[in-house]
Amino acid sequence: MTHGLLGGGYPLREKNAAFDKPIEPLPPPPRVVLPMPLQGGVPCRPGVKAGDYVTVGQKIAEGLPAVHTPIAGRVSTVSPQVQPSGTSVLSVVVDNDFSGALCPAVRPPENPDRLTARQLLSLLESSGITEWNAPHLPIHKKIAAGMGRADTVIINACESEPYLAANNRLALEYPEQLLGGAGVLARLYGVDRVHIALEREKREAIQVLRAKIQELRAPAVVDALSLRYPQSAEKPLCRALTGRRTPPGASAAAIGCAVVDAPAAAALYEAVFHGRPLTHRIVTVAGSGIQAPRNLLCPVGVPIRFLLDACGGVDPKTFKILLGGPMTGHAQYDMDAPLDSSAAAVLAFCADEERSSAHPRCIRCGRCVSVCPVGLRPVVLYRYEQAGRLDRLRQAGLADCIECGACTYVCPGRAPLLQSFRTAKERLGKEEA
Amino acid sequence: MNYSKLNLTGSSATHIRTASGTRQMMAAVLTALLPALGFAVYNFGPRPAVNALVSIAGCCVCELLFRLARRQDMTVGDLSAAVTGLLLALSCPVTVPYWLLLLGDLIAIVVVKQLFGGIGRNLLNPALAAQTLLALLWRGEMTLWTAPHTAVPLWGAVDAAAMPAPLELLRANDLAGLRELYSLPELLVGLTSGAAGEVSALLLMAGGLFLIGRRTISWRIPAAFLGTAAILTFVFAWGNDRTEWMLCQLLSGGLLLAAFFMAADPVTSPISPAGQLLYGAGCGFLTVLLRYYGPLAEGAGCAVLLMNLLARPLDAYLLTGHIDRPALPELPKMAGKSKTKHL
Repeated sequence: MTHGLLGGGYPLREKNAAFDKPIEPLPPPPRVVLPMPLQGGVPCRPGVKAGDYVTVGQKIAEGLPAVHTPIAGRVSTVSPQVQPSGTSVLSVVVDNDFSGALCPAVRPPENPDRLTARQLLSLLESSGITEWNAPHLPIHKKIAAGMGRADTVIINACESEPYLAANNRLALEYPEQLLGGAGVLARLYGVDRVHIALEREKREAIQVLRAKIQELRAPAVVDALSLRYPQSAEKPLCRALTGRRTPPGASAAAIGCAVVDAPAAAALYEAVFHGRPLTHRIVTVAGSGIQAPRNLLCPVGVPIRFLLDACGGVDPKTFKILLGGPMTGHAQYDMDAPLDSSAAAVLAFCADEERSSAHPRCIRCGRCVSVCPVGLRPVVLYRYEQAGRLDRLRQAGLADCIECGACTYVCPGRAPLLQSFRTAKERLGKEEA
Repeated sequence: MNYSKLNLTGSSATHIRTASGTRQMMAAVLTALLPALGFAVYNFGPRPAVNALVSIAGCCVCELLFRLARRQDMTVGDLSAAVTGLLLALSCPVTVPYWLLLLGDLIAIVVVKQLFGGIGRNLLNPALAAQTLLALLWRGEMTLWTAPHTAVPLWGAVDAAAMPAPLELLRANDLAGLRELYSLPELLVGLTSGAAGEVSALLLMAGGLFLIGRRTISWRIPAAFLGTAAILTFVFAWGNDRTEWMLCQLLSGGLLLAAFFMAADPVTSPISPAGQLLYGAGCGFLTVLLRYYGPLAEGAGCAVLLMNLLARPLDAYLLTGHIDRPALPELPKMAGKSKTKHL
């Protein structure tokens, strides 16, 4: 397989101003906006109403995943609020009373070390843990689907995109939590050890983790990989680690692999040993428009503006603000949109780093083919898309596109490959529905 | 901070891209050709540089006017027309009349490139197709080779300084005659008669390696091309000294220019690695075949053009994703027919 090389690689430290910045807590925000998870396009019903008093860690919705409030205070409204996607979704808005009162339901389970895999799973059901690339798939569902099939369990501590540094800081500053998560995963999947995959450039983090593994006798092993975007995506990662290739149309479970990202793994530990639901995320705030790049520990649901404020605001020339990484993230207009549980970064750019062209033009150079991590032929897919050949697109494996954007990054003709593939996928989905 | 005053742009991912666009690729090709052009100026005086400028201007004007007339977006800025112009000037004799050069530009840009839909859609390398057509139709003008170290006047030709090109001597199986005129080091450096940009083998190789190093072109095509040509000329050598025959073949004529700058043109060559190797090998094989038995002394141009035609069928078979293997008619069909404007 050709690993995505991105025109000679995308060095981790280059353009990564937040790589060495320690995690700092975001100052308590005055309010959070918690959207209700959608089920079949319909938001689930919240368990609280306007005027209710909620406390930290209290479950406010029984959706998939369950929603917990990260702050204490009064529910000011339950109404549609604008989301990062640009649409409005029914949300619970909590006004912070800055008391930090803890919900009595948040307490460590008894004998967490003796729980069976089944008991662990049911414990996780109400933890609200999801992964960055699957905000609507609760972790207990994903694990249950892979239990008994996986012989290789991987914690993915690679950064999912350029500019991001959250996983590096997590591994450096919270190794116990990460390794505790590895222990939980080892019990869940019934394996002797869990692989922790991270990039070779994260020398400090690798050292810290290896030392901690020795110290705690944790059932884990650190695998240092050479970073080539998007190696941190599930399928390329499994292939890099095990040499196994995911067949078309299948998931990592089909080749006996289970991948859990590092924040979710740390959250597993918190849930199992302390009973804490997932209410916070480490978020990298960076980009040419940010005065002081930082890694912030943020409550989920905090409006983006408070993250930007905490970093000294943005440059007045800022051209684009993104939630998520530069390869797959979403451009934002409304800074009141809340940070969702899947975003690992807020980026502000002063210049058109997309180098977009009014007249994109494929010159058939084939670079997209050489960087595609799942072995597709974007040049061919793009021409099928332009010609409206949905049948051909399906046959050529569009469904296996992991939407990493590597092809779009290298395209010298500036063709909007990823955009067109996303649109085509939507159309294919509609046709099948 | 008040964020509502920002002038924010929205667009779908991806939000960052490599700095290396089509324009930068073409600029790299122009840069890689400059040493060869410089040597031509040293060898023949300022005429090759004037030829290059005229031809580049001709190509750019043709492209500009054609796209204006068709009310299409402007593509002169991507520098691909300039590359075509420079390549055409370099592959013609120094004394080529300006009108012939401009006619070549017209053929290259309008007929070979734009009528097929512009960059990315043309089947043949424009410069090469135009040069080959001119060589077939105006054999006199296109085979009037000037002796090295001749100051060619800016206007007109110098019949007195005409000298057979190394390749013509090889075609006549006159290795001894070639040895009398030029030594191997002279062939390597380029102190020979021949087309303006084809003489300096050394500088062409340097330019080609520069492009390979920058990943502007694939190494597979020139490697397979030159490797096949080397093996074939060594095995089927005319005369006693196989090595000398092989080296003379490799270093004379348009072989190196074709291998690095024409055959490796990404638009008209296959994308799949296996396809690139086969394509390069095909170019080498046909070059030797045409040089030995073809109607002209040079065969590299026609060889590459023939393989250009096979590039997309080769991809249809060999450029397989992880799932399917498209039926043969699919790729050529969608590559040629779609008239989508923004492609």
